[in-house]
Amino acid sequence: MLLDVRGLKKVYEGRQRPVEAVRDLTFGLDVGDLVCLVGPSGCGKTTLLRCMAGLLTPTAGEVRLRDRPVTGPPPGMAVVFQEYGRSLFPWMNVRDNVALPLRNKGVARKPRQDLVAEALAAVGLADAHHAYPWQLSGGMQQRVAIARAVAYQPDVLLMDEPFAAVDAQTRADLEDLIRDLWRKLGVTILFVTHDIDEAVYLGQRVIILSSSPTVVREVLDVDLPDQRDQLTTRSDSRFTELRSHVYAQIQAAKRESTVGSHDAARPAGLAKQVLQ
Amino acid sequence: MTRILARLGLALALPAALFAAWWLGTAGSDNFYVPPLRDILIRFPEVWTWDRLRADVLPSLIRLAAGYTVAVLAGVLLGVLVGSGRRVRAVLEPVLEFFRAIPPPVLVPVIMLFAGIGDTMKVVVIAAGCVWPILLNTVEGVRAVDGVLADTCRSYGIAGPSRLWHLVLRSASPQIAAGMRQALSIGIILMVISEMFAASNGLGFTIVQFQRSFAIPDMWSGILLLGLLGLALSVLFRLVESRALAWYHGQRRAQRGPAR
Amino acid sequence: MLGLSGLAGVLLLVEILPYTAVVSADFLPPTHRIAVALGHEIADGGFWSALCDTLVAWAVGLTIAVVAGIVAGIVIGAVPLLRALTASTIEFLRPIPSVALIPLAVLLYGTKIESTLLLVVYASFWQVLIQVLYGVQDVDPVADETARSYGLGAWARVRYVLWPTALPYVMTGVRLAAAVALVLAITAELVIGAPGLGSRIAVAQSSNAVASMYALIVVTGLLGVAINLVARAVERFALSWHQSVRGEVLV
Repeated sequence: MLLDVRGLKKVYEGRQRPVEAVRDLTFGLDVGDLVCLVGPSGCGKTTLLRCMAGLLTPTAGEVRLRDRPVTGPPPGMAVVFQEYGRSLFPWMNVRDNVALPLRNKGVARKPRQDLVAEALAAVGLADAHHAYPWQLSGGMQQRVAIARAVAYQPDVLLMDEPFAAVDAQTRADLEDLIRDLWRKLGVTILFVTHDIDEAVYLGQRVIILSSSPTVVREVLDVDLPDQRDQLTTRSDSRFTELRSHVYAQIQAAKRESTVGSHDAARPAGLAKQVLQ
Repeated sequence: MTRILARLGLALALPAALFAAWWLGTAGSDNFYVPPLRDILIRFPEVWTWDRLRADVLPSLIRLAAGYTVAVLAGVLLGVLVGSGRRVRAVLEPVLEFFRAIPPPVLVPVIMLFAGIGDTMKVVVIAAGCVWPILLNTVEGVRAVDGVLADTCRSYGIAGPSRLWHLVLRSASPQIAAGMRQALSIGIILMVISEMFAASNGLGFTIVQFQRSFAIPDMWSGILLLGLLGLALSVLFRLVESRALAWYHGQRRAQRGPAR
Repeated sequence: MLGLSGLAGVLLLVEILPYTAVVSADFLPPTHRIAVALGHEIADGGFWSALCDTLVAWAVGLTIAVVAGIVAGIVIGAVPLLRALTASTIEFLRPIPSVALIPLAVLLYGTKIESTLLLVVYASFWQVLIQVLYGVQDVDPVADETARSYGLGAWARVRYVLWPTALPYVMTGVRLAAAVALVLAITAELVIGAPGLGSRIAVAQSSNAVASMYALIVVTGLLGVAINLVARAVERFALSWHQSVRGEVLV
């Protein structure tokens, strides 16, 4: 297993009382997987991703990458954040933004230039090397961030709701770009989203999370053909079934959390017992 | 072309009008302290000859440059140190605020105690007065480093000097530049004042000499020169700043554009 | 709490340093001697009248500069032609160092308080004017056009559109001007000898009363801190009102 999350738990020490964001998460990714994590809003997706990226220390449990425990940001991981406008260096042009992590890794000049050019070509920005991020549209900025991650050649690419802030048409293009990159380059991708359609459309597998405090509710295999496109896949009856299934699961998750919401910190299971 | 001319005309119209008003208003002036502008302008090239510029203006400028450079280096260095540690910042912030609040010219008598009345005193005075806005602005800028950008650096393993250079200093640079701009005008003030206190040459010294010997048109020409000097330095600063921070101004324009 | 420990650290450092070889007590007296000198100053009527002179020069100069800056800023800002005409002139005049006027002030007013006022007004006027001009530029054209379409006259537009938009900038300008005014007041007194804390520092220096000189400098620093705090509080008060109003409009 390439990326292994075991019994992950994260409790924030709140001002008045501790808040349990993630309760107990166990799942894994193999080399070449494209897995989507989907859950109701506010279910601790970002907390989970930050723990996996080594940006946050879990309260209990562990994350292992290639069988090594993750204690800080590991070298084999790249993250694409939702806030594209703030994750690119505004004082560097597109090429330098993509090249900086490689330079830092000690990649020699010539292979570095090749990697940068390939990555930018792969995201369709071959002619934007000298532009500054703020001269580009939101979708193009996110493409730069994706190119930077791809050029870094990570073992795992983590994406934290990367398309939540772009408009619908750009979003469809970017989704196809991710499928394309995955098929061509064979990168392993973990894609976090709150959008059910997006999760089903993109993923080989969809991991459905419960409401906060978060556990894995279901791991769903998406048995759609590998060749997907916005028109035929989205009108496929199997797509609709899967989507409805995920939707129902998430609605159920939300309902359970409202039952227990007299006290947000109280675990939903405990609330059930009390009610019984 | 006509648009450029029109803009130039607009830009120069009021200065020209003010100049004309000064000229006409003082043309027949027999007030000893307010001589006709004509007399001042006639005296200007006679007073500020090349020899005098070299003997009096150049030393002033060298002291200013030395003090200012020391202040920029010390201010940025200390600012990064203070700004990076939350605890250090909490301990030092009130102290720094206090030192910033002391009017810089009162440093002159203090530093005279330590450094006498030579060039060292003037350089130290300029550095000691200029350092505060740069230091405090750097602290502010370092503290305001964007969280997402910091996470991005962490996840790509960008740390140490590389992080300092590519993330911290670059993202604090607009604030550092703002502090440097404030410091420049403080520096000019201190350059003049330190020379008024005790000096044997320099622009401030010369102007005060003119005033004490009641060479009024000469004094006015000195004021004029000082004004031109302030203007030239601020234009120079803005040129350098707009080049170095082209990305910042571009980004701001891009952010403001669609909102309008 | 940590901040207090920082201040305590400085006081301790100044107490210890003169006993080491690093600096001589002739140049930097230990903290307790500065404190004693400060006590003498506070007991001295001359100190209070000097403080009073400084504050009067500061307050009068600041008031003149603020009123002049606001009026000039709004008139310039409201008339596009004036704005175009003055843009470059302001950039010309602003960098002229205020101290260039010191010899002129000496000739015109000698060591009277007017010398101080001239410098204070000149230096703080620009701070206010520049900020007011920024504020006037920030007026939302849609708001202005709305006001026009409802037939609001020029005065009403200034009152209800321009002024509320510019207010936060005005407050920033006043805060900056308040700090600059103190600096220039002390400077003018120090260099020209006009009555006030600055000239008292000059007297202490020339009579080699080093501890008193430090005590007076501490007073100017405290005065600066106090002015900053008050100005910030006033600004926050004005801005919180302003932002809540804006927030309602936005929602």
